[in-house]
Amino acid sequence: MDKISLTVNSKKYQLETDPETPLLYVLRNQLELNGPKYGCGYEQCGACMVLLDDKAYPSCRIPVSVVQNRDIITLKGLGNRDKLHPVQEAFLEEQAAQCGYCLNGMLISTISLLKENPDPDRAAIDEGLKRVLCRCGTHSRFIKAVEKAAAKSRLR
Amino acid sequence: MKITRRTFIKNTGYVAIGFSMIPETVLSYESCGFEEVIMQDPRVKDWFQVLEDGRILIFTGKMELGQGIRIAIAQVAAEELNMDIDQVEVHLAETKTTPNEGYTAGSRSITQSAMNVRKAAATAADILLETASEKYNLQKQSLILQKGKILNKENGKAYSFPEVLQGKQIEAAIPSEIKLKRKSEYQLVGTPVPRKDILKMVTGEPVYVQDLRFPDMIHARVIRPPAYNSVLEEFKPEKAEKLSTIINIIRKNNFIGILAGDEYQAQKAKEILERDCKWSVPASLPQTDAWKDYIKEISSKSENVESTGNLNFRDNSVKAFYSKPYIMHGSIGPSCAVGFFDGDKLQIWTHSQGVYPLQGAVADLLNINEGKMQVTGVPGSGCYGHNAADDVSAEVAILALENPGKHIRLQWSRSDEHGWEPYGSAMLMELEGNLDKNGKINNWKYELWSDTHSTRPGGRKENLLPTSYYEGTRTGPSQGYLGGAYRNAQPYYTIQNKKIDAHFFEGPLRVSALRSLGAYANIFAIESFMDELAEKAGKDPLEFRLDHLTDQRAIDILNKLKEMTSNLHLAGNEGLGFAFSRYKNTDSYFGAAVKVSREKDQRIRIKNMWGVIDSGEVINPDGLKNQTEGGMIQSASWTMMEEVKFDKTHVTSLDWQDYPIFRIANIPHMEVQIIDRPYEPPLGAGEAAQGATSAAIVNAIYAATGQRVRDLPVKKTFSV
Repeated sequence: MDKISLTVNSKKYQLETDPETPLLYVLRNQLELNGPKYGCGYEQCGACMVLLDDKAYPSCRIPVSVVQNRDIITLKGLGNRDKLHPVQEAFLEEQAAQCGYCLNGMLISTISLLKENPDPDRAAIDEGLKRVLCRCGTHSRFIKAVEKAAAKSRLR
Repeated sequence: MKITRRTFIKNTGYVAIGFSMIPETVLSYESCGFEEVIMQDPRVKDWFQVLEDGRILIFTGKMELGQGIRIAIAQVAAEELNMDIDQVEVHLAETKTTPNEGYTAGSRSITQSAMNVRKAAATAADILLETASEKYNLQKQSLILQKGKILNKENGKAYSFPEVLQGKQIEAAIPSEIKLKRKSEYQLVGTPVPRKDILKMVTGEPVYVQDLRFPDMIHARVIRPPAYNSVLEEFKPEKAEKLSTIINIIRKNNFIGILAGDEYQAQKAKEILERDCKWSVPASLPQTDAWKDYIKEISSKSENVESTGNLNFRDNSVKAFYSKPYIMHGSIGPSCAVGFFDGDKLQIWTHSQGVYPLQGAVADLLNINEGKMQVTGVPGSGCYGHNAADDVSAEVAILALENPGKHIRLQWSRSDEHGWEPYGSAMLMELEGNLDKNGKINNWKYELWSDTHSTRPGGRKENLLPTSYYEGTRTGPSQGYLGGAYRNAQPYYTIQNKKIDAHFFEGPLRVSALRSLGAYANIFAIESFMDELAEKAGKDPLEFRLDHLTDQRAIDILNKLKEMTSNLHLAGNEGLGFAFSRYKNTDSYFGAAVKVSREKDQRIRIKNMWGVIDSGEVINPDGLKNQTEGGMIQSASWTMMEEVKFDKTHVTSLDWQDYPIFRIANIPHMEVQIIDRPYEPPLGAGEAAQGATSAAIVNAIYAATGQRVRDLPVKKTFSV
């Protein structure tokens, strides 16, 4: 057990944990955040995406001890039901979900993508969302939601 | 803040109002081959209750699987009572609380549960008006329902439901003849009312069974042996026990479970135990290059599905042999369940498709009285059929009984889910057909080979994965419902002479219901063969189908597809393919068109998919479109690249690298149109797209390349 300090959704936390623990388990179990989901534990499916210094990154393998000086953002840090982030708003308006389990990865990847490229074409969207798997087949709505989010973000 | 059950329930939008006793039910399962759940003496309060604040709570026996059943059911209820959608809460399947509506399967949530809710709500509407008229001594005709109130049209005075019912619920029976609201007056049904759960999903609020947290909750893992029939020879828990926070390592015969305070330590202990324990490794799975011959050899039972006229293959017959591999459900979130045993009662939170049959099966396994159990449905990751949801729930029940007093959360790993879920069966389909002098189909012979398509627990322990390990026996699952193998084996076309036979085998891998059961492979074969016969007849594939259809609704589907693709320009390396089916031959009509291209690197790429669906009365068109698009994309992924692989010991497709599915770059441009028929009964839709999409893809590949893919996935023939 080591003392770990984390910055998550702009809040500082002091925790005691096995330093090897993947960030995902700490976020879900100790900080009780529901955004990042367990999907594979191999960085293959993207269900566990978080923003690490504004870049989407899977949290299921990376040890919590190595992200102590990073800025970690989850869905909860983006907005809430009273004040949504434009990306959250776009996915909601497009009703871009079936079971919704992959949405965390899709939303976090979209935010990361739009930071780098505010006006992505289809090829850029494919690149930005390529790490996240969806089994329900909601992808065509995700593509529309990303385009809508891009338009909303440019307006703000 | 700790999220307790109470706050979770508040956050997930349902309201606890205690248990209501429901009448005894008689239930039949998909596994028995029956489609309907018969309830004896259905009462309004089984589906409909008034809440203290004047809103209503609707009980459905179905689960939210991502199909949007919650909003559709809310729409139907709100409509009958002229309420706002926000005045209706929906309580998902829970034993002792909701009616027993069997499994959420077979595209029956709308046709069954939503229609039950419609009848209950219509009965409630009438009784509310009647009760108010008696109570306040008013003419019933002067009263109307409006926004959750009973309004006196004459003086504008409004009464709330709880006021009228004086805190009581409506006990009355639902009559067999009910006056429903006129469809011409509908305000909500047939409109794209947005789902309420998506807001929670995008903001990271708790939604899933995976998100349940209880004070001092224990994290559990279960050990997987190297093969289905492995026996534990050496149990070596010493090293795993030394990890921090390990509470207990439980061994019952060949079943091993780990309990830990910390989830990562539980996961580490699982990895250590799977390495340290010694198991027998029976090399029991067949390894053969002649898979089709092998399947035919092991087939032991046959059933004639249809014989019409007399087959006569003297001249010019066309023959084709198709195959489909084992395919997995592949939920993105591996199965998960929470269990709690207080020393007397057992509670399970599960994403199972059938809370009542699961309760029965767990009671059977652990010798518990069902009266001492409650099983609560909480959404999980999309399942698309019978995945490991029931298995993980039974396993957590075993662990909860061994460790009373604390909530236990069991999370399957990715390799657990990939390697141990019950797959959709491999199938073979052999066809022979010929034409008469007018170029119409004269003879049609169809044979299929399949394992069962349902080994759902259905109230018995045998089909739960942990049972044989826990009991130390070798009793395998029963073969269950065989009828799923020949779902849609009968072509929907007019053909004089037909013979259709199904042959059954018990294959090497664990199998059960995967979205559309055998219909996916049967429609793939039939609709591929229709193109092969059309070519023989020298006819356009779409016209050839129209020549053999009499049902106007089927004809409308194909004509709509023709219209949607009429201005298409095809390059030399591109091809267009079509296919049609009516799911189960009694449910939704669906047609697909697909455009593919052969790229410079020889890869096949799907560029466009068009779908047309007729599901009769549509409750929520946006939900129907979403599910149809999703079904098409999922089917395209199955068709292009999916195959469960195994060696002589066990399944080797244990992660997404070994079992790839579509990623976003594979997704074509999609367009789905609905033919809405508000005055027709609603038809099951959730599985309608699976079969025809696959055939439209291979028909398009043939058009683009001149090469016909008869063995799925396409990846075996072309790079994708």
